[in-house]
Amino acid sequence: MIRLAIALAALAALAVVPMFVSEYELGLMIGMATYVALASAWALFSGHTRYISLATVAFYGTGAYTVAVLNETLPYPVVILCAGLIGAAMALLVGLSTLRLSGIYFVIFTFGLAELVRQLITWYEVTITGTLGRYIFLDLSARDIYWQMLALVAIAIGLTAWINRSRLGLALRAIGDDEVVAAHSGIHLARTKLFAFTISATLITLVGAVASPRWVYVEPLIVFNPTVSFLTVIMALLGGANRLWGPLVGAIPLFLLFEWLSVNFPDTYPIFLGLMFIAVVFVLPNGLLAGFDDLRARFGRTKP
Amino acid sequence: MTTLVLGLVLGGTYALLALGLTLQYGIARIMNLAYGEVTLLAAFVLVFLFQTAGLPPLFSILLIGPAGYLAGWLLYTVMMRPLVQRSQGIPGKLEVDSILATFGLLFVLQGIMLVLFGANFTSISYLDQGVDVFGVSVALNRLIAFAICLVAGLSLVVLLARSRWGLILRAVALTPGSAPLVGIDVNKVSRQGFALGTALASIGGASVAMYQTFSANDGVVFTMKALIIVIMGGVGNVAGALAAGFALGLVETFVATTFDPGLTLAATFTIFLAVLIWRPQGLFGRRQ
Amino acid sequence: MTLLKVDKAARNFGGLKAVDQVSFEMESGTIMGLLGPNGSGKTTLLNLISGFLAPSSGKIIFNGQNLAGARVDKIARAGIARTFQLVRILPSLTLLENVMLPAVFGHQAHWGKEADRVAREALEKTGLGDRAGAHAGDLNYIDQKRLELARALAAEPELLLLDEWLAGLNPTELQEGIRLISSLSGSGITIIMVEHIMEAVRALCPRCAVMNAGKLIADGETSQVLSDKSVIAAYLGDAEDA
Repeated sequence: MIRLAIALAALAALAVVPMFVSEYELGLMIGMATYVALASAWALFSGHTRYISLATVAFYGTGAYTVAVLNETLPYPVVILCAGLIGAAMALLVGLSTLRLSGIYFVIFTFGLAELVRQLITWYEVTITGTLGRYIFLDLSARDIYWQMLALVAIAIGLTAWINRSRLGLALRAIGDDEVVAAHSGIHLARTKLFAFTISATLITLVGAVASPRWVYVEPLIVFNPTVSFLTVIMALLGGANRLWGPLVGAIPLFLLFEWLSVNFPDTYPIFLGLMFIAVVFVLPNGLLAGFDDLRARFGRTKP
Repeated sequence: MTTLVLGLVLGGTYALLALGLTLQYGIARIMNLAYGEVTLLAAFVLVFLFQTAGLPPLFSILLIGPAGYLAGWLLYTVMMRPLVQRSQGIPGKLEVDSILATFGLLFVLQGIMLVLFGANFTSISYLDQGVDVFGVSVALNRLIAFAICLVAGLSLVVLLARSRWGLILRAVALTPGSAPLVGIDVNKVSRQGFALGTALASIGGASVAMYQTFSANDGVVFTMKALIIVIMGGVGNVAGALAAGFALGLVETFVATTFDPGLTLAATFTIFLAVLIWRPQGLFGRRQ
Repeated sequence: MTLLKVDKAARNFGGLKAVDQVSFEMESGTIMGLLGPNGSGKTTLLNLISGFLAPSSGKIIFNGQNLAGARVDKIARAGIARTFQLVRILPSLTLLENVMLPAVFGHQAHWGKEADRVAREALEKTGLGDRAGAHAGDLNYIDQKRLELARALAAEPELLLLDEWLAGLNPTELQEGIRLISSLSGSGITIIMVEHIMEAVRALCPRCAVMNAGKLIADGETSQVLSDKSVIAAYLGDAEDA
């Protein structure tokens, strides 16, 4: 209960932040919130089941592109709803074809998915509609976007917390350890995975949709940037993909680092990021929070 | 007919690419997502050698192949071996770890290539006069690339099937648990398998550079196609990878000429989906 | 009442007949030993019954329903639980959570306090009751086996498949294990136990079935089966090889 109170207080504090910061700082906060939401949504499925989804930007970009296409024809809330539905549909397609098989097929499919969606949209736009770039003219201030993103963060983390306490959470953790045992205990593997994956992917799509008005001009190459998938995974891994606050703990410092790197090393930052990623996989495979736990345990044991 | 000839020629390259990956996954159990990047790197090196040192590509390929083997050998020792040791006895852990680690490697290599060679499209003009094959005019460089891939691919098949080294490689691929019991050093063989896969990727990439335009961002697509071919052919199944590679080349050429070149990846994915749903162990793989 | 009827079950791997036209019936509440030399298909047969593998042909009728080829979780929910030859536990969960799984997802579908109670009872039965909160990843081999059995019990199964559960136990543990299985059988659970330890088989199983090279070569009263010539030949080879 106390934890919930603290979390809610923090949320309230974050909500009033826009009153006190500059335009630039607000932009940073939107970026941070975006990645916290992405990393948390990603970890909701991939954190416990160990099914690594490399398709974050496929869904994120789809959300953004949906807004780009529909923003002038439908009211904003409906557009967001459409984005969510399309994301869910995509997730179902991916999930139904790959989640009944071993994890490797899922990873491979998600690996190429963003590229596939980008190419399909490009082809469609070039060949059929003739408009490759699209404009988003929405009357949304940076504050509006920030608050919506904050809401998505709350939903992502809140959902994860709720799932962790539920049957679904137990099933996902069992699946992550040993699917054979999970199935023999009565868990319907495909349905469980599909459900969690769809929730995760829909959230990610919504994040993309909400973030898109910041771009104004949108093109497949811009919205389907592989760096998004990459950053999401490394942030979740760094903090601890199977911990409730892990993605947040990983996202905030990495986002700031990323911002600093892309400003100061615009050409070489992918190399640094890649090396960091490899370092995390080698040194902190279970994430920072698990590392802290280990340290605490070790200190606890050496106490007299 | 045009489609058939061009498709087979393209398929030869794909088959070789897939072979390298199937070796890395089948023998070393490494799911290498940076595979396409290695291929591209070889392609860039070939172009670089051609443009700056004037080295004829065919000669460069003779250098690039062994260089690729060495690079793979080093990569395995430095990066993969610690992961292998860490995941001893835990099923599936090496796959997850290698996917993550090579995902990071992908970004590192892509970043290096972007810095060194830029994001522009690159190509060289070499031996591109047409040659008549069954009434279809095919560029000589494509034919040479096809020949190289064919030679490399068949050599590998023969090597695996007939030689002692090949037997050892296959033993580790099939039963890594029992191989040590007959005196096989699994670590050494895994490294060899991985390095061999890298060598094949390099040869494939260098061959492609002779006739294809490419850029530093193409890595993911190469990897994706190689992955799909490996799965279609059945993991670890060399003959299957070859056959699937040719099949993919044919389908892609067909789609590109009949419908639209922008839909080739979509066509590949559709086939992938179909194979996953219908026969997830691959067209030729064994059901476990 | 016939709980389980295996009717000409077969499983092929390419040309290999791992299970070859095996048929037998079991009344509920009985316990049967499943014997045979290594590679005779015993574990494969268990895999067919638990759903891990689908039979190439034949029927597996449980409580009147043909479960051949059904999905593993569906078969589990029908009331069949098992242990594995190579122990499989979930290392990142606690003992209690490990055992709670079938209580929650099995055919009784408990949740909350009820699931907790069922899980703790199962842990008590196998002697792990005082360590419910410990991490399963820290357990030694014997305790892992106990955990696996506790997990199977928490499913409150009608049919329990034990795959060499007594293997690797020292004499004291073996006696404890035999007592445990005996009490389970006494409480009405139908049990098929794959075993090599003849002492346990003689103590626990009034009936035995023997497999060799995929075929069922004997099925009947234990002492008769164990002195059957073909059974002895299967284990030791024919008289001329001796």
